[in-house]
Amino acid sequence: MDFTYDDEQDALRDAVRGLLTKAYGDFEQRRQTSKQDPGFSEKTWTQMAEMGLLGLPFAEDDGGVGAGPVEIAIVCHELGRVVAPEPYLHAVVLAGGLVAACGSAEQRGELLGSLAAGERLLAFAHDEPGSRWAPEATAVSATEDGGSWALTGTKEPVVQGARAETLVVSARLPDGGTGLFVVDGEACERTGYPTYDGGRAAKVVLDATAATPLGEPGRDLTASIATILDLGRIMAGNQALGAMEVALAQTTAYLKSRKQFGVPLSTFQALTFRAADMYVSLELATSVVQWATMVIETGDPVALHDAAARAGLQVSRAGRHVGQEAIQLHGGIGMTAEYAVGTYTSVLTMLEHLLGDGTHHLAALAGRVGEHEDLDPLAMT
Amino acid sequence: MQLALSAEDQKFREEMRTFFTTEVSEDIRRTVIEGRELTKEQIVESQQTLNGAGLAVPHWPTEWGGRDWSDLQRHIWNEEMQRAGVPTPLAFNASMIGPVLAQFASQEMKERFLPRTANLDIWWSQGFSEPDAGSDLASLRTTAVRDGDDWVVNGQKTWTTLGQYGDWIFTLVRTDPDVKKQAGISMLLIDMTTPGLTVRPIELIDGGHEVNEVWFDDVRVPGENLVGELNSGWTIAKFLLGNERVGVAPVGTTKRVLARAKSLAGDRAAEPLTAARIADLENDLLALELTALRVVANSTDGEPHPASSVLKLRGTELQQAVSELMVDLAGPASIASGADGSSALEEWTHHTTPTYLNLRKASIYGGSNEIQRQIIARTILGL
Ligand SMILES: Cc1cc2nc3c(=O)[nH]c(=O)nc-3n(C[C@H](O)[C@H](O)[C@H](O)COP(=O)(O)OP(=O)(O)OC[C@H]3O[C@@H](n4cnc5c(N)ncnc54)[C@H](O)[C@@H]3O)c2cc1C
Repeated sequence: MDFTYDDEQDALRDAVRGLLTKAYGDFEQRRQTSKQDPGFSEKTWTQMAEMGLLGLPFAEDDGGVGAGPVEIAIVCHELGRVVAPEPYLHAVVLAGGLVAACGSAEQRGELLGSLAAGERLLAFAHDEPGSRWAPEATAVSATEDGGSWALTGTKEPVVQGARAETLVVSARLPDGGTGLFVVDGEACERTGYPTYDGGRAAKVVLDATAATPLGEPGRDLTASIATILDLGRIMAGNQALGAMEVALAQTTAYLKSRKQFGVPLSTFQALTFRAADMYVSLELATSVVQWATMVIETGDPVALHDAAARAGLQVSRAGRHVGQEAIQLHGGIGMTAEYAVGTYTSVLTMLEHLLGDGTHHLAALAGRVGEHEDLDPLAMT
Repeated sequence: MQLALSAEDQKFREEMRTFFTTEVSEDIRRTVIEGRELTKEQIVESQQTLNGAGLAVPHWPTEWGGRDWSDLQRHIWNEEMQRAGVPTPLAFNASMIGPVLAQFASQEMKERFLPRTANLDIWWSQGFSEPDAGSDLASLRTTAVRDGDDWVVNGQKTWTTLGQYGDWIFTLVRTDPDVKKQAGISMLLIDMTTPGLTVRPIELIDGGHEVNEVWFDDVRVPGENLVGELNSGWTIAKFLLGNERVGVAPVGTTKRVLARAKSLAGDRAAEPLTAARIADLENDLLALELTALRVVANSTDGEPHPASSVLKLRGTELQQAVSELMVDLAGPASIASGADGSSALEEWTHHTTPTYLNLRKASIYGGSNEIQRQIIARTILGL
């Protein structure tokens, strides 16, 4: 058991932090970027590609770098620290992850190669009106006619769905189960809109839209989707850790500098104790998320599923605690769009609701308490 | 002790319920119930409907439109209004400056302002806070210096809610810099169209524009616009802030939103964790409502009961908790905050996160929850 980075991982973190600090070290740059479509900086995305970050998880044969979950977690953590609006989680971890897991060699080479190079943005079109973080698709269905596949139905919200060149779409298969398809973005009817964290999402309407099965046609990929969603939960957790760390740092700095009643706010124990409680939440969430990141490496989907729910629950609780307190301890200034701390809270709220909120994970865990006597984190390998 | 309402109060409640659900525009009430933003015109229209029926300012002295109701009746009026989705009369007018003028102003000033304040012919803004004077309001720095008959005002106010609609602003200004900070403050009424006064928007985290900065650059204010005695502003402000806290716990509104959450949740409201969360919130709200009733039943001559801090503290926490529940009920659809009418997601889901983020303010303004705890600790517990 070792929770520390090795030298190479340290170097990766420093490089990513360097790049992102240049892009968003000044919060105003983040704010301006998210005001204009597509809500992130194409330039920063290209620089991330040049640094090899967009191909990090993928095999070298597919145009990637072949790095492990800890490396991806490092990138997510750094993105969270500056609340970078780049759709790394969506395009690389989720959509790219599914292509890597389920695509044919040809599809992997084509899609992942261009994703890694920053030439093609992928979006994962999975959420449907009425769906709640389940791996199955129901509202979009796939039909086959003489070897050609077509999709019909509506996906919403699809993060970066209007900007992406290519969509990875989940759909109900004719014989049951959920399959995955590659769809040209231009072939669907897309309505994009801003989201409260400064990002973009879209409604994507498919109307007998031509689609190419990802991998072997007609195969039920529910389990693969479930695994990628779990992986995404843990990576979102890493991103949330970065955001919480900085929200806490901003809050402690503010308590030291803001004067009321002739003294800095940090002289009021009622406030410093609350900052201390935020720190407690953050440390506990860090432990569970880092542990869950290491569980990914075991490659055991059952262990991963459990770890993702535990990390999801812990991050939900910690994210709300830290985010809400960060605003409260700042007072009015924390409510303003110009000041960063409110955006950190928005991003924490978004990360949680993308992949499953605390109640969702708690319900799943509650349903399984009878299955074990105690929890042994060291046995989950 | 007695549980039931008297026959008279029961009848009163029915009357209120009937009025609010039949006389106030359906369109306005639906906007409130569905959690959408009211326009200025809707707020004005609603208050004028109430005022026409003598229901906008029942807590004012009778000669200015008050109704001489019991505290319980006032409570019922307030609750029924919120339950029906009727926008409560603009707080700056009805709860803040109105009662202040009725208590402290000259007869002439009362006649000039009170009827128009009740009818929302004047939209008032509250100009108290400054960048360096938030919780520590008494350290405010905006100055008013006498020049002939006029005051010349310089400085900056901030967080002025709905200042973009404001016709007049009631301000606290420093009129004597040489005494203890609380002793050198006065209250001035300022016409917001006066040259030298600038209103600048502040964007909040939900993307909305409801607060502003107000700048005063040699703004000339007629001497007669001083409220009460010179340098008595702190006393007046304490009176005003005490009123602000009463009725600040929006129990009726929170109950309405929670009931709506249940109906929108459909089957999911029966899932154990969601059901438990709803039950918990309902019970907390019950405790709060009963506390409000206990407080109104015991308040003496309109003096704020010391436990009104409990109402502010818990009331805002519960209001926030219910908004958080709404986001969770919306689930992934809560992400689509910027979607328009063409969205395939249910319309209510779009508003949930902006509302949740916006309501973080409730525990900050009107005397933050930390300040309420301090009041409880000091004034009530004697610590
Ligand atoms: C949306 C919104 C609308 C508003 N509308 C108006 C308006 O219309 N007119 C107007 O005049 N003002 C308005 N306000 C201002 C509001 O009253 C102030 O924001 C509030 O008084 C807090 O002041 P501050 O923001 O400067 O925070 P600060 O006073 O700097 O407080 C920062 C944090 O420290 C805490 N704190 C401060 N002092 C202490 C202490 N002694 N002990 C323990 N904790 C402490 C606070 O509770 C808070 O959590 C509004 C504010 C908001 C957010």
